[in-house]
Amino acid sequence: MDTGATAWVLTSASLVLLMTPGLALFYGGMVRAKSVLNMLMMSFGAAALVGVLWVMYGYSIAFGDDMGAGLLGNPAQYLGLAGLMEDTTTEAGGLPAMAFVGFQAVFAILTVALISGAVADRMKFSSWMLFAGLWATLVYFPVAHWVFDFSNDSGHVGGWIANNLGAIDFAGGTAVHINAGVAALVLALIVGKRRGFGREPMRPHNLPTVMLGAGLLWFGWFGFNAGSALGANNTASVAWVNTLVATCAAILGWLLVERFRDGHATSLGGASGAVAGLVAITPACGALSPFGSIVLGAVAGVLCALAVGLKYRFGYDDSLDVVGVHLVGGLVGTIGVGFLATSNAPAGVDGLFFGGGFASLGDQVIAALAVMVYSAVVTAVIALVIKAVMGLRVSDEDEASGIDQSQHAEAGYDFVTLGGGGSAARQSGAEARAPHLDVRSERTSEGVGA
Amino acid sequence: MKLVTAIIKPHKLDDVKAALEAFGIQGMTVSEASGYGRQRGHTEVYRGAEYTVDLVPKVRLEILVDDLDATSVVDVVVKSATTGRIGDGKVWTTPVDDVVRVRTAEHGADAL
Repeated sequence: MDTGATAWVLTSASLVLLMTPGLALFYGGMVRAKSVLNMLMMSFGAAALVGVLWVMYGYSIAFGDDMGAGLLGNPAQYLGLAGLMEDTTTEAGGLPAMAFVGFQAVFAILTVALISGAVADRMKFSSWMLFAGLWATLVYFPVAHWVFDFSNDSGHVGGWIANNLGAIDFAGGTAVHINAGVAALVLALIVGKRRGFGREPMRPHNLPTVMLGAGLLWFGWFGFNAGSALGANNTASVAWVNTLVATCAAILGWLLVERFRDGHATSLGGASGAVAGLVAITPACGALSPFGSIVLGAVAGVLCALAVGLKYRFGYDDSLDVVGVHLVGGLVGTIGVGFLATSNAPAGVDGLFFGGGFASLGDQVIAALAVMVYSAVVTAVIALVIKAVMGLRVSDEDEASGIDQSQHAEAGYDFVTLGGGGSAARQSGAEARAPHLDVRSERTSEGVGA
Repeated sequence: MKLVTAIIKPHKLDDVKAALEAFGIQGMTVSEASGYGRQRGHTEVYRGAEYTVDLVPKVRLEILVDDLDATSVVDVVVKSATTGRIGDGKVWTTPVDDVVRVRTAEHGADAL
């Protein structure tokens, strides 16, 4: 067993897991105070459900032996992670299968959680959970197989983008960010706009929380990118530095756009620029020079800062700009590899700017388009089926009074300073003390339930 | 008796309080308020989208005074609250029928 690699991959997996609560805070601060809990819960709910599905059959669909044409792994092969507890590493080296299972599990969790930003304030929690489970199963697991499952010498056959096409996606520009970004766009279109979109002010209610979330994402992203080297080695180190510097350049790019367009460099712009840079460098972090990473990050920061305005022009309510940041950033990174990659980098081939011609660029575009089309079509089918069966949205009244109350029967913040906020209702499991208390608690649960 | 109500800029509260104390005013009630006058609000920009924020934070001061002091107290507040810029606020007086001090049940001017 390669203990160094094992330690680094397990550490990276833990770092990547932290990205999901980080994302929850990043999104949670951006919504209004009345929907902060629902925003956090969409990430936590997705994490819980996708984690279970991953162990049950997700890993097997993504990393089981290919069932044909590189499209789908065998779901029965590692059902319930069967046979993966045995140590198959040799004395010379190798990574335990479970370390890889864990590392990839947190990718699946994060990708599903990313989509939630497009449907803030208005999607029923039950419908979101069903969507999360179906989307992970029908979209993420197969696409992870396409992109991340490499064939090997011991007879394992993997996915078509990684092996047949040979496009470069070091840590998930296509499988994670383009995939989630397209799904977010389609889901936002089918769910529909928030009430008052474009008319009422929908300001972020807590920007320090957004900054904290962006900070946790940046921290966790070192596991995402440098961990994708699957070893404690030179490739991981190059990816680490590229991840750092591309993010820095993207923040500067986004802030410069704001300064010249709007007059002020904003904290929301700083946080958003960081995420845009992280998204863009994800597929490219092993294939670029640090200087190339600065160029890529700056381009991503500028383009994403411009792209978040598109929703007002085209009238779709991608509430927290999953499209503007993840889809556009993912495309900048994935296609940017075709221009900026260099064979001097540990996991790179020469791109257009380094004399590699159009071959690599073409592969990158095909990979991006394939994921976009597949994700868009299947997301639309899933969302339309859920809409027909159980509906996607809370009622207008619940949306206006706040989704936290209607879906979770909680408030994110206690603003009550006088009178302590009411009397204690019956505790679950305890017997009612007086008949009038009973009536009261029933009325309360009617008010907030359904 | 009169109730003097003043809507002022939050950052002028300390100046107004000091000026009123120097004048000899014994107490006041202060609350946070929001609103707008001719000044209107300001604009904020989030990811390039502009929002007009109509309601601007203000401080509301309420002071109960004897009829004879009312004009002078208004003068003190106006002098100490002014910055000369738009949005400085307003001061007005309203007649008050009676005042009772809760602890002693004193009425009228004795309760001030």
